[in-house]
Amino acid sequence: MRESFFPDFDWHTVFVQPWTEYASNSFWIALMGFLVSGTCGLVGCFVILRRMALVGDAISHSLLPGITLAFLLTNSRATLPMMIGAIVAGVATVALIEAIRYSSRIKPDAAIGIVFSSLFAVGVLLISAFADKVDLDAECVLYGELGFIPLQDIAQFGGIEIGPGPVVRMAVIALIAIVLLLIFYKEMLVTSFDSALAASLGINPTRYQYGLTLLLSIVIVSSFESVGVVLVIAMIIFPGATALLLTDRLPIALWLSTLFSALYALLGFHLATWLNASIAGGMTVIAGFLFALVWLVAPRRGLIARYVRPNQALESPIEPLESSV
Amino acid sequence: MKRVASIAAALCAASVAHAAKIGDLTDTTWTSQAIEFLSLDTPIVRSAVLGTLLIGFCCSVLGSFLVVRKLALLGDTLSHAVLPGVALGFLWNASKDPWAIFIGATAAGILGVALVGWIKQTTHLKEDSAMGMVLAGFYGLGICMTTVIQNMAMGNKSGLDKFFFGQAAALSSGDIQLLGIISVITIILVLLFYKEFLAISFDVGFAQAIGMPVQLLHYALMALLTFAVVVSLQAVGVVLVSALLITPAAAAFLLTDRMHWMLVLSAAFGMLSGVLGAFISYLSHNLPTGPLIVLGATLIFILALLFGPRHGLLTKIIHRRRQRQRIALENTLKAVFHLCEKAHFKRKAFATSELSVERNSNLRAIESEIRNLEKAGMAEPMDDPSQAQLSGKARFKLTTEGWYRACEIVRNHRLWELYLTNAADYQSDHVHDDAEEIEHLLGKDLVQRLEKRLQNPIHDPHGRLIPSKDQLTV
Repeated sequence: MRESFFPDFDWHTVFVQPWTEYASNSFWIALMGFLVSGTCGLVGCFVILRRMALVGDAISHSLLPGITLAFLLTNSRATLPMMIGAIVAGVATVALIEAIRYSSRIKPDAAIGIVFSSLFAVGVLLISAFADKVDLDAECVLYGELGFIPLQDIAQFGGIEIGPGPVVRMAVIALIAIVLLLIFYKEMLVTSFDSALAASLGINPTRYQYGLTLLLSIVIVSSFESVGVVLVIAMIIFPGATALLLTDRLPIALWLSTLFSALYALLGFHLATWLNASIAGGMTVIAGFLFALVWLVAPRRGLIARYVRPNQALESPIEPLESSV
Repeated sequence: MKRVASIAAALCAASVAHAAKIGDLTDTTWTSQAIEFLSLDTPIVRSAVLGTLLIGFCCSVLGSFLVVRKLALLGDTLSHAVLPGVALGFLWNASKDPWAIFIGATAAGILGVALVGWIKQTTHLKEDSAMGMVLAGFYGLGICMTTVIQNMAMGNKSGLDKFFFGQAAALSSGDIQLLGIISVITIILVLLFYKEFLAISFDVGFAQAIGMPVQLLHYALMALLTFAVVVSLQAVGVVLVSALLITPAAAAFLLTDRMHWMLVLSAAFGMLSGVLGAFISYLSHNLPTGPLIVLGATLIFILALLFGPRHGLLTKIIHRRRQRQRIALENTLKAVFHLCEKAHFKRKAFATSELSVERNSNLRAIESEIRNLEKAGMAEPMDDPSQAQLSGKARFKLTTEGWYRACEIVRNHRLWELYLTNAADYQSDHVHDDAEEIEHLLGKDLVQRLEKRLQNPIHDPHGRLIPSKDQLTV
């Protein structure tokens, strides 16, 4: 309990203590933060390029009924059923959005809003209706907390202890995402920028759209325990958006987004340690801060560069979205 | 994921019952509760009903402007973005001063909306990314601040909790007054500046060209929206308030093309779902109000999606089926005309077997077609139909109305064939299939124009007579 919002800054408690006294805990928490934001960031680059950012938001909210139903059906908190429930919910969300779009004149943005808020409402209702049976709490799905991931159950592989279960699981997910993105890199690249060219090359853009949606659902599902359903959106959008302000080359953007993710994890962890706040919240604040910084000073696209050389900054490899305001 | 529960226990130990209900009910049956609710006897019920009505009204009217401008998710962004403002307002004097929170939240909301616009204007990032960043960034900041506040000595967090999921029962009389004021301001502004709002909603370029203060109007709307969102948050919560902005307006959008009707319908839907949610929440013992209101709105949306008079899915299916039936009917009539023509217009009655040869179809199908004609009053049986069924000998003749309709269809067909050969240079043996489709669609004035253009022709390209009502009667 303390009196002021900003506690006294003490170099030792904020930066030294975590890496000496609590070194092992800090290492795993920071690594978990990096794995979550790094994986989200890589997938996020493609999500941003396809203008699917808010579909991600919708998927992350719709997870609530998915995991609640999985819990009610299997009556256990095992990872696999919940994962399946969440992925089904994610795919159902996208299918419903598409169904509303194609069967009526409702615009995609309104369709997204209607679908995710309805599904979220179903989730909250299920949790409150079966409150005595469900050990889930909607608020916790909303918040998530890196500091509470169970570090004590150690995952073993072939008799060798490799690390805490959640971190190892997240690492596996990260690996899967990276391998998938590497295998289908060319296809993802082409379908992201030019679906007509993709079609002429015999690449089905819709298939990759759904593939990305599936990958996005899996990544969101595995991340929300640590960062909560809203902040997972921050981890998806911020690294890519910040990186795309600095470069036009996708490979460089992917590397940069990974670098930013590492910074979020490290600096966010220290910020949260200092303020004694939510680590995911701290990472998001750092993400917002770094975006603001890059937005200001980016060499070609930054506000300062725009002010100094107004003509050069305007050119953009991607055609601008038609503006409504 | 395994430990969601432990996280739950640690983070929100005291708040398992975030599921808010209106009033504390114990041993009553649902009928007596329903009567209690409907009679509006208790002050709690009255304030909940009034509150949800006002929230439904404000949110859905303002949301209509978002939906038609394809900015639906700006409402979602707004509702998340107010969180740090709420926390800041709370920090202001370390208490749940509604005014401090209101001012803080409004400032944060407007800042968030302005940032979305600014990011969109100055970078090549798209609107969805900008909204996502503001939404998640502000929310993250808010989470950070609320977790800090909860760790502070004065951390009376019960007040901040309400903003995540909302409780309709939590609406104080002050909140309802505020909602009332916002509703009145909304009505006045929309009535006064209806034309301006209409212009910026559908054609910003036009609005700018005729010198409307587009930015000012935009931010006035956003300010109103923020007010409405901030007050509604306490009743329905962060996530679900965006549903109230979008869903009733989208349902109204499906039903009408006129903006003023959309506003009226949307307000009605919003209020209906508000009261419906409050009612069901009152009947059940542990169901929260917010999600029920949202699902009420979703139900209305689904009904509009299915049964809307013009754009409804079922309506379209029924319409298509009627059209198919009409075309089938007209094709039968045409076949009867051809029979008649082959008999040099000397006979009126025909046997079903003759028609079956003409249509190249089996007797059973022909008989059902004739029955459809009879039902529509376009044909009448000559014999007792029960005796001659499926023998092909049952005879029928067209009524005057049926004959007129048959003449019309054949005339449409032959006029179109002639038009294609004369005016569009088609070969006369290529025109039949085209005419076969268009004959069902030509309207009266189009036929008149065709006749005029073809100088009231008598014969089609194949040398057959083009029937007209005056010449051919039975």
